[in-house]
Amino acid sequence: MPEGQHTSNALERFKRLFDKFGIGIALLIELILFSQLSEFFFTADNILNVTLQTSITAIIAAGMTFVILTGGIDLSVGALVALTGIVTTSAMSSAMPMSLALPLGLLVGGVLGFITGIFVTKLNITPFIVTLAMMTICRGLAFIYTDGRPIWEVPPEFSILGNGRLLAIPIPTIIMLGVYVVAFTMLHRTRFGRYVYAVGGNKEAARLAGISTNKVLIQVYILSGALASLSGILLASRMNSGQPNSGLMYELDVIAAVVVGGTSLTGGRGTIVGTFIGAMLIGVLRNGLNLLNVSSYVQMVMVGVVILLAVLLDQLRKK
Amino acid sequence: MSSLLSMQNIRKQYPGVLALDNVSFELQAGEVHCLLGENGAGKSTLMKVLSGAIQKDGGEILIEEKPVDIHSPVQSQRLGIGMIYQDFKLVPELSVAENILLGHEPTKGKSSFIDFPALHKKAETILFQLGETFDTHAPVFTLSVAQRQVVEIAKALSKNVRILAMDEPSASLTQRELKTLFAIIKRLKSEGVGIIYISHRLEEIFEIGDRLTVLRDGKHIKTCALGEANRRSLINWMVGREIEQEYPKIELERGEEILRVEHVSGGVVNDASFTLYKGEIFGFGGLVGAGRSDLAKIIFGADKKEKGKIFLNGKEIAPRSPREAIDLGIGLLTEDRNHFGLFMQLDIKENISISNLAELLKGPFVDREKEASVANEYSSSLRIKTPSIEQLVENLSGGNRQKVVLARWLFTKSKVLIFDEPTVGIDVGVKYEIYNLLNRLAQDGFGVIVISSDLPELLGVCDRIAVMWQGSMTGILERSQFSQERVMMLATGQALEEQDA
Repeated sequence: MPEGQHTSNALERFKRLFDKFGIGIALLIELILFSQLSEFFFTADNILNVTLQTSITAIIAAGMTFVILTGGIDLSVGALVALTGIVTTSAMSSAMPMSLALPLGLLVGGVLGFITGIFVTKLNITPFIVTLAMMTICRGLAFIYTDGRPIWEVPPEFSILGNGRLLAIPIPTIIMLGVYVVAFTMLHRTRFGRYVYAVGGNKEAARLAGISTNKVLIQVYILSGALASLSGILLASRMNSGQPNSGLMYELDVIAAVVVGGTSLTGGRGTIVGTFIGAMLIGVLRNGLNLLNVSSYVQMVMVGVVILLAVLLDQLRKK
Repeated sequence: MSSLLSMQNIRKQYPGVLALDNVSFELQAGEVHCLLGENGAGKSTLMKVLSGAIQKDGGEILIEEKPVDIHSPVQSQRLGIGMIYQDFKLVPELSVAENILLGHEPTKGKSSFIDFPALHKKAETILFQLGETFDTHAPVFTLSVAQRQVVEIAKALSKNVRILAMDEPSASLTQRELKTLFAIIKRLKSEGVGIIYISHRLEEIFEIGDRLTVLRDGKHIKTCALGEANRRSLINWMVGREIEQEYPKIELERGEEILRVEHVSGGVVNDASFTLYKGEIFGFGGLVGAGRSDLAKIIFGADKKEKGKIFLNGKEIAPRSPREAIDLGIGLLTEDRNHFGLFMQLDIKENISISNLAELLKGPFVDREKEASVANEYSSSLRIKTPSIEQLVENLSGGNRQKVVLARWLFTKSKVLIFDEPTVGIDVGVKYEIYNLLNRLAQDGFGVIVISSDLPELLGVCDRIAVMWQGSMTGILERSQFSQERVMMLATGQALEEQDA
């Protein structure tokens, strides 16, 4: 066999590997690369640190995956993070016990997600517009309520949620993993998950197959809102305060993670594992570049390049 | 006459399939050359080679006996080749004139401002050439399907086409609109344009074609004048074996009443009444837009019923959503199964189970083993041709897709099945199988309704045919009264003659 045959076989093999594991391979390459470049990178401490830093956006991305799978988008998640933080901390500062304040925080996202869902379905306004409006409304409310000032008066045990560890693993990391296990099960094992794919793949066919498409859509926005709130609580706990300007531009990081993970913005195609890897890919990149002392301005450029590359690879894979 | 286009020994290899195996095709100026074959025979691949959408792996293309190279759609257009696809490539928001001259609008002098008066004048001239006059200022989304097609043809003409390929141009046209299309084709012929006409409807081919070429499995099978062929020989060339009867009709005893519709109105449907019995295949004839699909959707709960009553097994029902209708035992196999029936990104088993996941739940989870066994069962009993039930539906042929949809409704335990255009886009050989399935369903006591625009099919398959015209039912024919003329008269709103009453 001539030499060319061998290389094309190797290429074929790589292609097949990539077909199967997709973006996971990219993450693996990234991990190997950074562990060569920096001795601090591949240490238990640092890896746990990456998961901790990524957990906030990764949790939101799990919910966003459902929304994008239906062909929608949720731009309000970043603002929800702030609003939830404010509501939760201010509730606690006015002496509400944590056991009530935390569910109240989750309710914020759930209720606003429900409202978004109603606008998207019953009033038939495109999700982009509804959630864009929700974004500025929530952000505005957070500033109005606090008059632009952070809320510091929180009970000391509140900070455990975001800063504590369980068997050396950061609590947000554990929560994130839990969220992904539940999200995976919901998406790939339950009737609801199947309906999400169906509605996103072909809404009219879904309706004619007997699926209540409105119900599915509303549920998806509730889920996205509630997970944004969960992240909002964790972030407030990490900062030990409610900050009206927290979560700024998170929606973009989250959408990037979902898209890098191979979910199609037109709906119907994508996986929850992909999103997890997508979020980690971006998280690892940021962390690695930090360790290498790359300036944050350069990092922004590189994250953008990675997003383009990931989507490009996905396009090539489909051909 | 000299040859306008000659494609010689064209070869196209896809991974694992030889899509075109030394296929030759020849077209003369001023002729209508029909290109026939089942799905996957290579017709569209051949046309894609011609349009520059894909590159051939071997063979030669000559235009007016000069060899040409076609690498891209732009080049193909420059050579005077025009394509009219089934789904039109028009910009709905732009006007008729803007669409016709899209990409080469007349400008004011050397500026880049469009010269609108000249634009409309030019568009009008081209439309006039086609014997059509309509407002060139109207946005395309306000036009009927037939008018859009005229715009599409005009668009091709504006680029001085000499070779015009039409892929299933009649798919969504009414009988009268088809007449207009044929008139246009004849006009183009007389001007020396060579036309490649692709259609599954054999009647049309006999009406408009001069010559025909049949492809099968990527190979050239036959080229001859239309006069040398008949319906039966055409089908045999296409299928590659003898089909004895196009429509395998079996006589069945009419059973008890299963569905009764009384004076139902809603949307375009106006005062429709009929009774469906077990063991019969009840047809709906009429022109596109006569309200047949609308009536089906009302019965299925997908469209709103404004008046009237529906009875299932003697009990009145009023489904307000497809879900309610499904739970009552009604299934609708929609027209255009690709857009309204199937989930292309889901696999076969997921498409089958989607309407009845409740039956497959184990706690909160879908029991995937049970799902697979259900899908396998239907896949083998309906003979869905696929390596595995995990195959994505987008990789299946039209016939197999239809079987997947049927499997879905059988799994919901539907007792009334409404088939809307069940064989559109399905090969002759597989059509036969679908007809046999319809018979089997009727035999097994299902209530079967078939809506079809294919008149021979309707007459061949059904026991009774109700005909609709402009939303109203104009008559119900018994099998002994069946004739094309009678259905057409009712479909165009004319009363039947005395002796038929």
